[in-house]
Amino acid sequence: MRKTLMILCFCCIAFLGGCNKETEGNTTSSSDQYEIMISAAASLTDALTELQKTFETEHPDIQLSFNFGSSGKLATQIEQGAPADVFLSASEQDMDRLEEGNLIDQNSRIDFAKNTLALIAAQNRESGPKSFEAIDPSKLQHLAIGEPDSVPAGRYSKQVLEEVGLWEPLQGKLVLGSDVRQVLTHVEMGNADFGMVYSSDAAISEKVKVLAIADDNWHSPIVYPGAVVEKTKHPDKAQVFLEFLAGEEGKTVLHKYGFH
Amino acid sequence: MGSGDYTPLFLSLKVAAISTTIVFIAGIFFAHLLAKRQFFGKSVIESIFLLPLVLPPTVVGFGLLLLFGKNGWLGKWLLEWFDVQIVFSWIGAVIASVVVSFPLMYQSSAAAFEHVDIRLENAARTMGASNWRVFWTIAFPLAWPGLLAGLVLSFARGLGEFGATLMLAGYIPGKTDTIPMAIYFAVESGHMEKAAFWVVIIVALGFSAITWLNWWSKRNMRRFANEKGR
Repeated sequence: MRKTLMILCFCCIAFLGGCNKETEGNTTSSSDQYEIMISAAASLTDALTELQKTFETEHPDIQLSFNFGSSGKLATQIEQGAPADVFLSASEQDMDRLEEGNLIDQNSRIDFAKNTLALIAAQNRESGPKSFEAIDPSKLQHLAIGEPDSVPAGRYSKQVLEEVGLWEPLQGKLVLGSDVRQVLTHVEMGNADFGMVYSSDAAISEKVKVLAIADDNWHSPIVYPGAVVEKTKHPDKAQVFLEFLAGEEGKTVLHKYGFH
Repeated sequence: MGSGDYTPLFLSLKVAAISTTIVFIAGIFFAHLLAKRQFFGKSVIESIFLLPLVLPPTVVGFGLLLLFGKNGWLGKWLLEWFDVQIVFSWIGAVIASVVVSFPLMYQSSAAAFEHVDIRLENAARTMGASNWRVFWTIAFPLAWPGLLAGLVLSFARGLGEFGATLMLAGYIPGKTDTIPMAIYFAVESGHMEKAAFWVVIIVALGFSAITWLNWWSKRNMRRFANEKGR
């Protein structure tokens, strides 16, 4: 009795699985509905989720789906043949890598957003330095930044700290996060005294306050390049989204989320 | 070999050794305490003990952060009264290791103690042996193979602990960078040689520790057997 039930269950699952595949096939093959897969840097999560609604109302024939992650990881996925149509990177380095491998359409490449680096503290913290130069290593226990070799935000943080001569003095006090949102969490929970994240990350959190913004000359430019992936099946539709993102409406939403 | 810095090795050894010792003693204590007792709510307590085994390390790490963070229930108190900060310190790494490996020690010890024949223990008691003596001369030696299995498993789990450790102890090079963390960040940043170096080290470490434990236990078993025969 039990055995028959089990077999029945398996049959049901197999049947349902089969159904799913069929419906998926239908949507992609129908001529009036296109699905565009966008591989985007994790820091863009909130801005893009808001933009999605506006875009899909304006372009009812295009449906967006997102794959968020660290830019380095996403670039590797595309190199390995992941089915992305658009790549939105948080660093030029990762986009350059794909361009060198002819994996993106070079003519479509565009810088659609800029970011700055902010020194943050928990909202309820009373005192703190008013600038990066004013950070006193002896007065803090832990400063959280991204891991400089793998997290773009960490790379910029290291450049800034070196510029103001604090990289060496702060050794042993730097807590290195595996991504920029982990740095934000360390500061939000009050475990790290201060942290360095993108201004856009600081803007979405109500639990942190910005103490200072790093001078643009202290680090390599934080720009977000986007491009159509070479292997896409719908290059024109992917281009439509990219233009929308770089256009007036895209700019407004990105600005709202702390990008420039 | 592109590494030069050996702190991850010593830190991992220190963390694994301390956490295994704590887990070994605590696991045996609770397992022996509960093994032959039946009471209302026992299965609830056991489920709580085993919970860290089924939860993802990120959930354990998050829970530990809530508990031991600077503003956490225990963390705040420890900081105020003892000036001890758990979060972002190597002690945090020990706590994470203890929490995730305790279930393995508890489960193995509980199974081992349940299989010890209670009649042998009772016979010893009728001859006037104290509970302490009964434990050391009967329960412990008879349960030893199971206890050893638990010891090996907890050491292995403690040595390899990563997820909860990263969240509680953070990644501070030279202070809280255990070998698994060194490997993770080396891979993320594309330093494959450095990653491979640490992989070789941790494989060698795990292998020799388990080989040694097995050899040591066989020697001890023989000793116990001899004492019994005498």
